[in-house]
Amino acid sequence: MTVSGIIGGLLLVLGAAFLLLAGLGLVRMPDLFNRIQAGTKATTLGTLLTLAGAACLHPEWTLKLLLIGLFILLTNPISSQVLARAAHRIGAAKSAKTTLDRLADDTEERP
Amino acid sequence: MRKASSIALLFATLFIFWLLLNNSLAGDVLLIGIVATLLIALLFRGGRSPVSGFRPTPRAVAATFGYLIFFLAELVRSNLHIARVVLSPSLPISPAIVKVRTRLKSPMGRLLLANSITLTPGTLTVEIDGEWLYIHWVNAEATDIDAATAQIVAGFERYLEVMYG
Repeated sequence: MTVSGIIGGLLLVLGAAFLLLAGLGLVRMPDLFNRIQAGTKATTLGTLLTLAGAACLHPEWTLKLLLIGLFILLTNPISSQVLARAAHRIGAAKSAKTTLDRLADDTEERP
Repeated sequence: MRKASSIALLFATLFIFWLLLNNSLAGDVLLIGIVATLLIALLFRGGRSPVSGFRPTPRAVAATFGYLIFFLAELVRSNLHIARVVLSPSLPISPAIVKVRTRLKSPMGRLLLANSITLTPGTLTVEIDGEWLYIHWVNAEATDIDAATAQIVAGFERYLEVMYG
């Protein structure tokens, strides 16, 4: 077992742990917006750590993995934002804990 | 002239991606890459890329590195925050959708700001309307516009302002 192999393995486990947290967040959060929050953040870091781990185990893949990481960083938040916007536009249910919704207030004011 | 240089830039970017993905310099791979990337560059010549609107000054390059470091630190902090919320039995959240304002003018700067906000602790961009951003906040600490702007937007805006304006 080489040093890079050990580091790579640790990164893979850490990445998987964040992906597990994302899944747990999807189950535990009360409404769609909070679920998206948990999903986006934990999957982004989880996937990046998994990619970094794979790069340690297979150094010859590093460039491709770097490229995949870049695309995930750019596209993951965009897809979440579009989902959240669409959900808000069709009036998706919000948790009873929600204290304020300025977007709903502002869209009501407009004719 | 501006159009030609933007096509050339898009072509070069895509072709570098193609080379990275294929990891080969064989003749047929290069030929297919040139044809495909040229076609895409021509079809999407009006589109935006992270380099469009970027100010090519040394200060902007320095700000880019500052931005990347700040962003990665925020991403890690964001995940620890989510982990704490999800793992605590009482699920301590008090969500709200707040309104913030950005000083950024360029579309690319605004896009990166919205993306960055989505990946920072407890915040998610729901809608952009001109200079106004609507942010879903898992633990809303401030509800008025100025206080929320200072807490959510200011950190990234400092760097993006130098990079894109």
